[in-house]
This record gives sequence, C-alpha cells and structure tokens, in this order.
Amino acid sequence: MTRHLRKMPLTALFGFAVIFTYACVAIFAPLIAPYPETAIVGPEYMPWSDEFLLGTDSLGRDMLSRLIYAARNTLGIAIATTLIAFILGCSAALFAATMQGWVDQVISRIVDVMMSIPTLITSLLLLTIFGTSVLNLILIIALLYSTVVFRIARAVAMGIVVMDYVEAARIRGEGMFWIMFREVLPNAATPLVAEFGLRFTFVFLTVSALSFLGLGVQPPLADWGAMVRENASLITFGDLTPLLPAGAIALLTLAVNFIVDWMLHVASGLKD
Amino acid sequence: MHAVLKMVVQRVALGVLTLLVVSALVFISVEFLPGDVAEQILGQSATPETLAALRDQLGLNTPPVERYFDWLGGILQGDFGQSVISQRPITELLAQRLGNTLSLALLATLISVPLAVGLGILAALKRNTWVDRTINIGTLTAISFPEYFVAYGLILIFSVKLGWFPSISIVSGTVTFAERIHLTLLPALTLTMIVTAHMMRMTRASIINLLALPYVEMARLKGASQRRVVVVHALPNAIAPIVNVIALNIAYMIAGVVIVEVVFVYPGLGQLLVDSVAKRDVTVVQAACLIFASAFIIFNLVADVISIVSNPRLLHRK
Repeated sequence: MTRHLRKMPLTALFGFAVIFTYACVAIFAPLIAPYPETAIVGPEYMPWSDEFLLGTDSLGRDMLSRLIYAARNTLGIAIATTLIAFILGCSAALFAATMQGWVDQVISRIVDVMMSIPTLITSLLLLTIFGTSVLNLILIIALLYSTVVFRIARAVAMGIVVMDYVEAARIRGEGMFWIMFREVLPNAATPLVAEFGLRFTFVFLTVSALSFLGLGVQPPLADWGAMVRENASLITFGDLTPLLPAGAIALLTLAVNFIVDWMLHVASGLKD
Repeated sequence: MHAVLKMVVQRVALGVLTLLVVSALVFISVEFLPGDVAEQILGQSATPETLAALRDQLGLNTPPVERYFDWLGGILQGDFGQSVISQRPITELLAQRLGNTLSLALLATLISVPLAVGLGILAALKRNTWVDRTINIGTLTAISFPEYFVAYGLILIFSVKLGWFPSISIVSGTVTFAERIHLTLLPALTLTMIVTAHMMRMTRASIINLLALPYVEMARLKGASQRRVVVVHALPNAIAPIVNVIALNIAYMIAGVVIVEVVFVYPGLGQLLVDSVAKRDVTVVQAACLIFASAFIIFNLVADVISIVSNPRLLHRK
C-alpha cells in the first residue's frame, strides 16, 4: 500500500488536496464566512470589492458567504444520498445473491426496468408526483442510483457466495443475515469503496443539476446549482461570478474522478 | 432459424416488452398523486358536482387497466391527451418542440461521434505517450464539468466576448436553415463537449483491449503495418463496443439536452418538461417522460442489434 502511495501521481495528490479543502470549508463554514447564509447585506449585484469579496447576488446576499455555506448543503445532501443509495443497493444485492433463485430474478428484473429510463427523466417524473423538497430529492435520487449499486454489488457478491467459507457457514446453520453481513459483505467491501467515489460524483452532479433547474434545493438555502440559476443573468454582462459555484462543482467532481481513476489503475494492476 | 436472426428477434422482443413496462410505470406513477387529475385541474375550491362531471368527461371512472390501454392506444395514434394546466392538446405542444430537440441532438451527434472515435483511436495508438495523457486529463476534466458550467462558459466566450453567436437560441417556425444552424450551434457544441469525453474514453479502452489480444500480436509478427493492424484487424471487432458507446452517449445527451435547453432558452422538449414539472402539469410530464424514455430504450435496442449483427463470431456456426 505504501508503495502505491509513494508512487501516487500528481493528479491524485491534487484530488486529495481539493477534497481536504472542501471538507474544511464545509465543516468550519460559520467561522470562515464573513456574512450569514441568508442575510441581505447590501444592494443587489454589487461588483467585487473589499467589503464583498465576490460581490452580492440577485437579492443582495454576500456571494462568498453563500458559496461557503453551499459547500455544507450541497455536499451534505450528496453524501447522504450516496450513502442511502449504497445501503439500499448493497442490502438488496446481498439479499439477492444470498437467496438466489426467484428472489434474485424478481429484484434483478425490477432493476433492469428502472435502469432502462435515464435517471434525470425518472427523477423529474417522481418530483412532479411527490413535490419538490430536500427530503424527496434525497430519497428519489438515492432510490434511482441504488439500481446501479445493486448491479455492481450483486456481481461482486455472486463471486463470493460460491466460496467454500460461505458454504461452510451455510452448513454450520448460520442465518441469512449472518451470511449476508458477516461472510459476504466484508469480502465485497474493497471493490465497493472505489465505486462509492464514482457514484458520489454522479449523485452530486444530478442533485446540482436538479437544483439548477429549480427543482432541487429550494431558496433561501444556498446551493451551488441553485446559485448558478439565480445569478445567470450576470453572464450576459461578461461577469464571471455565476461561473464560480459551477466551477466549485466542477473542481470537486474532477478531484474525485482523478482519485477514482488512480484507484482503478492501481486495482487493475497495470504496470506502465 | 439462423442464429443471428434469432438473437435479433429476441432482442427486439425484449425491447418492445421494456417499452410496454415503462409506459405502464409512467402511467401508474400518476395514480399515486394525492387526489386525482380532476382535482388537479379544478383545484381546492371545486364542488363535488363539477368534480364528478369532469371525472366522467375524462373517463376517470373506468378502471385503471382500461384507461391505460385507452391512453396507450391514443399515443400510438399520436394523441397524448390534454394538459392539466392549459387544457390544450399535448400533441400540439409537443409537435414543434420534438423537431427542435431532434435537430439539436442530431447536430451534436454529427459533430461529436467522428471527433470522439477519431480521438479515441488516436489515444489508443499513442498509448502512454504525452498525447494519450493530455487527452486523458482533458476528457476527465470535461466529464467532471456540469452541463451548465460548459454552457455558460461557452456563452461567456463566444457570445459575450466574441459576439459570434446569440446567447439565447429562440428558434421559431420561420427561420431559414442557415439561421437555424447558427442558433443551434452553441447548444450543440455544449452537448458535444459533454458526450465526446465519455465516448472517447470508452473507444480508447475498447481498442486497447483488442490490441492486447493474441491475433493482433500475430498480425504484428507477420509484419503488417501499424495502420493495417488497427484498420483491418482491430477495427472490425471494435465496431460493436464503439456502437454501444455511441448509443450510451445519446442517452447521456438526453439528460444533457434538458439542461442545455434551459440554459439557452431553446424551445425544445427538455424545456417543456422542466416547465411542466415546475407547474406540476402531470399529463405533459407523463408524455415528455415517455418520449425521452422511449428514445433511450430504442437507441439502446438499435445499438444492441448492430452489435449482434456486427459480431463476426456469430456469423459462423460452431
């Protein structure tokens, strides 16, 4: 492992640095931000100045403070969603792999159908029906992404349930839950960790896309996607400010992708 | 029956089945609404009499299964029912927008597919050189960018700073072909940037996989030139994965098109969908989702059929 860490490429190092910075900003948001999240502190659309480092937004709230607080909201929602998607997807996959037979068939066919529609389209349909709120957003996106997790986790688990030690546990008379969580899960954990990073970027982009469309995080909460939408008209005046929240999203996704790329490269065992 | 034909028929049957199941799901989802469509149309203040009358008029008193087949039958004849909010026939709303979205997606496909396949082959041939690394980092960066970041970035450069293209692409029925291209080019370029990266990475990966196979090694040992090895030996086997990659990315494009249309105020199906979700215009959302989902399923079906047909191993019986 240390051998891999020492040979870590610059891109992956850059990725870890970015993630560390984001985590600090999100955790210490109230200490770093010069103004509160939703307070109106000046006139609308102020240019960059000493008082407002990145100017003010369409309602006169401080851009920089909102960017910092949005790290909390956007990342919090994305992490929660990815976690729920993993818990759902992995449980279903372990269940399907342990039980096999018709249980596996039924769950797999349901997942096939869910995966045959693009995620954004299904989430739009479900948001229309259940209404737009942060909780609905988290649950809907988590459900939709759990299908992909299911596929991958099932493939991994299928390779494990045929192992001798699982057979031994069955013969010992262990219950289904013991086999699922004590025998199969620990051995499936490693490949699933890299997958977590990859899924996180997709969830993160989908959540911010929905917020950008005005269907995700609702005002006055700060969210990077929603901030782009709120201030988009500034672009036509040649002002860069609306690109900053979008850039914040892009930078984090890039960082995670660099790390996942490196992890997959290490895992594939290619030497070059 | 010939093995290939049998596989194609099986795949098409599966595709049709998926379409039916998805249409049923889209239909059922609306049944979960609090209240029903009649309450949505009339709102809170409706009297029980008017509600009952409207339910009768919309046929909501018939059992769901019967209504589903009526709805599906209507759609097959081009009748999507009417909007809950504006009461206008949905077909009228869809007609022109569908054409606009298709022309946008077509333009983006025409630019991105040759670009991605070309770059992918180039990266595979120059594997582990600076060309490959540059392309790799470039594509990872492009994948990481949200669609609206790319879109606003292009607007800032090409329409605000350079003034080459308009920042808003309102395409009406009267524009000429040249004007349409001019208006559509910036949104199409945004879509191109989004999908090219994915397609290119997957093309590169599938060609690299092939180049490691013994028969390619054999061709090299025979003394065939690098170009001959790639074009004659590797490419025919790479067609199936590449076609799959292209179809998969048309799917990415479906998601991308929704956001790109909103950014450019382009009058397409995606914008209609987002507007209808915001207004909770259930029947329009239903129709738009069904169209997007069907397009997605049909593209995947076509890709699978092409990859079955193009697989040289299936043409020879064992």
